[in-house]
Amino acid sequence: MSSTPYRTPEPDSRNAATIGKSVKIVGQIFTKEDLYVDGDVEGTIESQENKVTVGPNGRVQASIRAREVIILGQVQGNVETSDKVDIRKDAKLVGDITTSRISIEDGALFKGSIDIKKPEPKPVASAPGPVVARPAEPHSAAASGAVAATTTGVNR
Amino acid sequence: MLTERLLSIFRKEGDPVSKGAQPVGLHSTNATRSAPAIGLANRKSARKDPALTRQSRGLEQFFFNIRDVVGLSVLDCAGANQDNIDFLINLGHKVYSQDLVRNLDEAFGQDLAEQTNPSRIDYFLRQNFDYPRETLDGVLLWDALQFMSPALLNATVERLYDVMRPKSYLLAFFTATERVLQAPSHSFRIADNKAIVLTERGIRPAGQVFNNRNLEKLFGKFESVKFFLTRENLREVIVRR
Repeated sequence: MSSTPYRTPEPDSRNAATIGKSVKIVGQIFTKEDLYVDGDVEGTIESQENKVTVGPNGRVQASIRAREVIILGQVQGNVETSDKVDIRKDAKLVGDITTSRISIEDGALFKGSIDIKKPEPKPVASAPGPVVARPAEPHSAAASGAVAATTTGVNR
Repeated sequence: MLTERLLSIFRKEGDPVSKGAQPVGLHSTNATRSAPAIGLANRKSARKDPALTRQSRGLEQFFFNIRDVVGLSVLDCAGANQDNIDFLINLGHKVYSQDLVRNLDEAFGQDLAEQTNPSRIDYFLRQNFDYPRETLDGVLLWDALQFMSPALLNATVERLYDVMRPKSYLLAFFTATERVLQAPSHSFRIADNKAIVLTERGIRPAGQVFNNRNLEKLFGKFESVKFFLTRENLREVIVRR
């Protein structure tokens, strides 16, 4: 059994759009792919279905809205995710977080609020239960179509 | 000889217990000792592991007071750590988090004289307690207040009164050692609703000498003050707004 302590793997920027450490952007950023920010950003960052990573050299003064946010650098602004916020060891975040999951490593600095909002469970289509035919009501005009389901199966 | 051997099992180097029974300076009928069972069980492990897990009557009382309610806003001044956040979130509360001791250093350094500057005090309060009136349902101050000079401490307590909801609670720890110029600073992690994990993170100048009487006076505007005295010579104080 290995005695090496488990370390959270470094985020991979290879498959993401990248803002390099010598780049500064002031404005609104919208992206439909993962974004890796290692430079300076002021404004807003929005990547609803994707992941935004603030690299160790990243300095973000912006609100961030994404599916998932990983912070290794500095962020001043609110962070809202549908899935997860991950604040790594030497990161600094000042702002409010709205998310369904959060992870903070020891050594990270955070000042703000954390509001957990679990995603709404998707409605599950119920499997049709056994059909029990009821005796026709004497005065019912829709007797031929009357069906009473006694059980409802739920797909798990 | 047998007695010495038994005592050595429960004693670690520098343990104040080894220097004899600690006097209990009780001025309030509410002061009690916390149950030492977990603390004793961890003394042997404390030699290798600097973190100490012990029961906390103050924490137990704090969570008892907010039991059966969800959606509260709780300010945790221990600095963001996964344990505290998970615990409070799993109770269904919104968590406000900051490292108050670290923020004290950033605002004033470790020089207590710097804590008397009114404009610096105002800046500190705006940076750390900038909440609308009567917003917070609970405040976990841990040991941060004991490192504040009287001027800063009074201003902070005044601000806490403003931002806490009526009938809400705060928990604060103060050293119970009389005439002390310095006190150990700890990081605090919630183990469960009645236990905490303390890790010492250095010695700091204490803001002043604390006793039950001046603490009651400090929180005079609040509805009630309750004290618990611990084996580590900490005074755990539960205050009701």
